Amino acid sequence: MAKKLKRKTQKVHIAFTLNGEPCEVAFAPHKTLLEVLREDLNLTGTKHGCELGECGTCAVLVDRKPVLSCLVLGLTVEGREVTTVEGMQLADGSLHPLQTAFADLGAAQCGYCTPGFLLTAKELLEKNSKPTRDDIKEALSGNLCRCTGYIKIYEAVELAAARMRGEAAEVPEEVVLGLK
Amino acid sequence: MMRLPKFEYFAPTTISTAVKLMGGAGMDGQFVAGGTDLYPNMKRRQQTPRVVIGLEGIAALKRISGDPLSAGLTIGAAVTLTELIENRKVRKYYPVVAEAARLISTPLLQNMGTIGGNLLLDTRCNYYDQNYEWRRGIHFCLKKDGDTCWVAPGSKICWAVQSSDEVPVMIALGAGVKLVSAKGERTIPVAELYTEFDGIRYHTKEHGELLTEIILPPTGHWRASYRKLRRRGSFDFPVLGVAACVWFEADDETVREARLVLGAIAPHAMRVPEAEGMLVGRPLDDASIHAAATAAHAIAKPLDNTDFLMYWRKEMVRPFVEAALKDLRHPRKS
Repeated sequence: MAKKLKRKTQKVHIAFTLNGEPCEVAFAPHKTLLEVLREDLNLTGTKHGCELGECGTCAVLVDRKPVLSCLVLGLTVEGREVTTVEGMQLADGSLHPLQTAFADLGAAQCGYCTPGFLLTAKELLEKNSKPTRDDIKEALSGNLCRCTGYIKIYEAVELAAARMRGEAAEVPEEVVLGLK
Repeated sequence: MMRLPKFEYFAPTTISTAVKLMGGAGMDGQFVAGGTDLYPNMKRRQQTPRVVIGLEGIAALKRISGDPLSAGLTIGAAVTLTELIENRKVRKYYPVVAEAARLISTPLLQNMGTIGGNLLLDTRCNYYDQNYEWRRGIHFCLKKDGDTCWVAPGSKICWAVQSSDEVPVMIALGAGVKLVSAKGERTIPVAELYTEFDGIRYHTKEHGELLTEIILPPTGHWRASYRKLRRRGSFDFPVLGVAACVWFEADDETVREARLVLGAIAPHAMRVPEAEGMLVGRPLDDASIHAAATAAHAIAKPLDNTDFLMYWRKEMVRPFVEAALKDLRHPRKS
């Protein structure tokens, strides 16, 4: 048994900031950040999609920038700051305005792509508190949703942005096939 | 889960350590910057280096320096595409470089991918960019593990496509690159970084050499543009890229010299001297632009190994060349 264990790949041990808290974890050195988050840290909010950089589902924030965790080596985040959807809530424990807006508008159907959209949109709103529809489209152009058709997602980001600016924003009226 | 194969990872902090590590690893070694090209290839077992040398920690590769008005701008190879797009000097003096970077893949991948990585992007093909089981199903292909090119089964060479957006732009601009190895360093024009041989031996960089900087020429009486054809407005690699750069006489109207480069239709980016000749010595009028587009259309011979029908891609050469050249008539204010 001991011999078998020896043949196993040696693990690396790193320390980084995960969702605002210090975190230490050991894992095989060829693991991606996505695998480390899901398998070694049991944070399954980050989803795996294509695993090749073609869908945006696994997006997380590394040093506040959205990147694809399926193409980041886990050991390269040593000393850095990683935010996943589990860390989006505000300091008081309430949902982030983006999460509330997505829920209010039903900007998700199966919800699989939602964590990636939320984190990418979070960075956009930190850079630009009043994005135009085109700014939102551009920022979210690396996230695929195969259910919603994106309109509700764009509306949800606009609603969250307005609420975060302190404006009294109303939930847009439901539109079905272009008819009110 | 599609996993990476096992490998040993090094994270040097200087260029000299990086090339020494590569010297030690030999053909088993591979440099990685953003990882957006290498890691998908490793997951699909198209590339299986035993030693991966990460360049992220080398500060010297992340600098943008120099003066665009005198000597030109020097861009570190590990500068990310996002940093390039957001850099004030690049936006102001080399908008075509920023624009081509903005058209690469998606904002998320631009946060990771680097300019050096885009210049050294692996060539792409419908028969190559597939997972291991898929490729085994066709008994592999000439580019990796097989002996037949499925694009042209009688061919002795690989027809995988040069799919970088920045390569045609850099060739059109006449940019340079610096390559450093344990033996020394050399600076060559970007055009000489590539061969016209095939999709396997597509660049002249030696295995032990590290691409460290890209040197953009100083500004002057030239303007450049880039047009990209792809199915979707994001994600997709080009299936046709047209880069044009025109040097004007002092009147800022008569063309003194022109470079037209077609990307994503062959294993190498193609300059089109026949089309360039049509533009020189006269202003960029409709007639000369039309003649150049016709000449480019005649030599473009895309094959059936990317998205879209090859006939249609060839037909698109004409309007895309015209659009790229017309962009040069009306300089965008920035």
